[in-house]
Amino acid sequence: MTGFLSLFRRLEGPQTLGRGPAFWALFALVLAGALAYPLFSDGYTVGNTVYFFVWVFIALSLSLIWGYGGSLSFGQTAFFGIAGYSYGILTINFGASYGFTWIALLLAVGMAALIAALLGYFMFFGRIAGVFLGIVTLAVTLMLERFMAQTAGPEWRIGAARLNGFNGMSAMPPLTIPWFGGPIVLFADVGLYYVVLAMLVLVYLALRILMNSAFGNVIVAIRENPERAEMLGYDIRKYQLITFVIGAALAGLSGVLYTVWGQYITPSSMGMTAASLPLIWVAVGGRSDLTATIIGTLVVLSGFQALTIYGSQYALVFMGVLLVLTVLIAPNGLVLGVINWITKLVTRRKQEAA
Amino acid sequence: MDIATLAFSALYQFGDAFAFLVLSACGLAVIFGMMGVINLAHGEFIMCGAYVTAATVHAGLPLPLGILCGTLASALVGVLVELLVIRHLYERPLDTIVATWGLSLIATQGTLILVGSTMAGVGTPFGSFQVGAYSYSIYRIVLFTASLAVLGALYALFNWTRFGVLARATIQVPHMAAALGVDTRLIYSLTFACGAGLAGLAGGLYAPTMTLVPTMGATFIMEAFVTVVIGGADVFLGTAPAGGILAIVKSGMTSWQGQLFGQIGLLIAVIIVVRVLPKGISGFVLRERT
Repeated sequence: MTGFLSLFRRLEGPQTLGRGPAFWALFALVLAGALAYPLFSDGYTVGNTVYFFVWVFIALSLSLIWGYGGSLSFGQTAFFGIAGYSYGILTINFGASYGFTWIALLLAVGMAALIAALLGYFMFFGRIAGVFLGIVTLAVTLMLERFMAQTAGPEWRIGAARLNGFNGMSAMPPLTIPWFGGPIVLFADVGLYYVVLAMLVLVYLALRILMNSAFGNVIVAIRENPERAEMLGYDIRKYQLITFVIGAALAGLSGVLYTVWGQYITPSSMGMTAASLPLIWVAVGGRSDLTATIIGTLVVLSGFQALTIYGSQYALVFMGVLLVLTVLIAPNGLVLGVINWITKLVTRRKQEAA
Repeated sequence: MDIATLAFSALYQFGDAFAFLVLSACGLAVIFGMMGVINLAHGEFIMCGAYVTAATVHAGLPLPLGILCGTLASALVGVLVELLVIRHLYERPLDTIVATWGLSLIATQGTLILVGSTMAGVGTPFGSFQVGAYSYSIYRIVLFTASLAVLGALYALFNWTRFGVLARATIQVPHMAAALGVDTRLIYSLTFACGAGLAGLAGGLYAPTMTLVPTMGATFIMEAFVTVVIGGADVFLGTAPAGGILAIVKSGMTSWQGQLFGQIGLLIAVIIVVRVLPKGISGFVLRERT
């Protein structure tokens, strides 16, 4: 029991922003707002919000690997795609009854994690680090896109599921909860919203606990100085591999939810542009903090969508400029910078008052 | 088909793959090997070279002059990029990747907006010749020769000229070079421009052989990165042998199973080599030597 309680104590700590009653009151307020939100909105807008939430998972995975772990991975979209395709192949072959969609979700995420473990073994145990890690993961991602794009012919099928080349797979069943009066089908509106919101809160809190635990501290120690962490007796390769696998699983979850949301997945979801977008959200938000990553992702994503509506072709140019400027001016991220600035201001006020 | 034509066909495909790998990689390798900077906008420098080459050829210049213009234009853009972005990020190599990625997004999408989704190409010059039952493009032989010439020129530049000596000194111990009066910032600028120019040259050379679209850089970038990763930091001890080995893998897999498997072969090769030789071929050679 005490062990279980001590987990909750890890919700706050040196690796995550926000502590004390004020932060958690704000957290509860935001959560209550998010829970009440569908009551004041229509199904389409709620479905669109789910779309934003779906991307938060991949952003968190990048924050974990890059922001906390210090290894820049372009492979997140590859795991996103692997899990998305796996979900499609499984559900098209085995259907959606008896809650199988949830098993398919778990299997698809597991598939992404498995491939990440394999790739990660070669990379981390080969001691690739820094820029090389980025290149290898990027090469894998681009390769996967090219491979999936050429699977148009009828010979590319797994069971009943055609891979369909560049057009991608579609018409896989949405998540379904088996229920007594008949299964509840979660289409991209209020039902799916609550499920994804619940997942998001769980993942956020679990990651907070993980990063503030001994494991998280070692991860940050490796980011700060790999040699030092190694000298202190940690096998950094194992820690990096585990982080990479957890990150891949999160990216995979994102991919499955994306597939579930739109009921389609295409190879371009693993292309250069697709790989760059999570990077932009995370870099602009503030990669070394979970909360800043979530805020940054939601803000940049909604900004990007607004831009796409008003000036579609300039949106990507603007994103590129935003990324370059963030790296040059606020390397720690804009949201994190603003949060840190406010905290400094508040503490100064308090000191002056005291 | 007798052995000789078969051998020639294999050799031709090897040469083609070698030229593609070396030409697309050497710009990246110079920048990475000399400065430790990974330039993710490399593909866009290649695109820039190809576009300028095509534009000048359309304007009436002969192809070689067009390629020269493409090279110079890329080098010029390289100087600008170094001045505005890269210069501020030398202490943060990971951030250079992110920033150059941003530049690549801007360049691809910007070209799409300004020039449109495709640009009229340049015809492949020189025609073809016949060996056995197959015909081969003469221009591919020119490309192979060009890749050897580029390697030779780079060797001469870094070993026999004053710039080469200063550049190598700057790479080895930057503070010491600076203390001895070398303008290291200028050297870095020139090296980056040199790498960008080489990318432009690759673009110009390949402009007659492919469709010119804003995303054409992506066709080069994977091969370029794979070659640099396998080769390691040194252009001569790394890029050239890596180009040779990968060309065998690629042309072998391609003629066996098709183009895609050629690329998958490259990817598998890179993962295995990275596991066995983390510092690439040049790292291995240099370790053996010391």
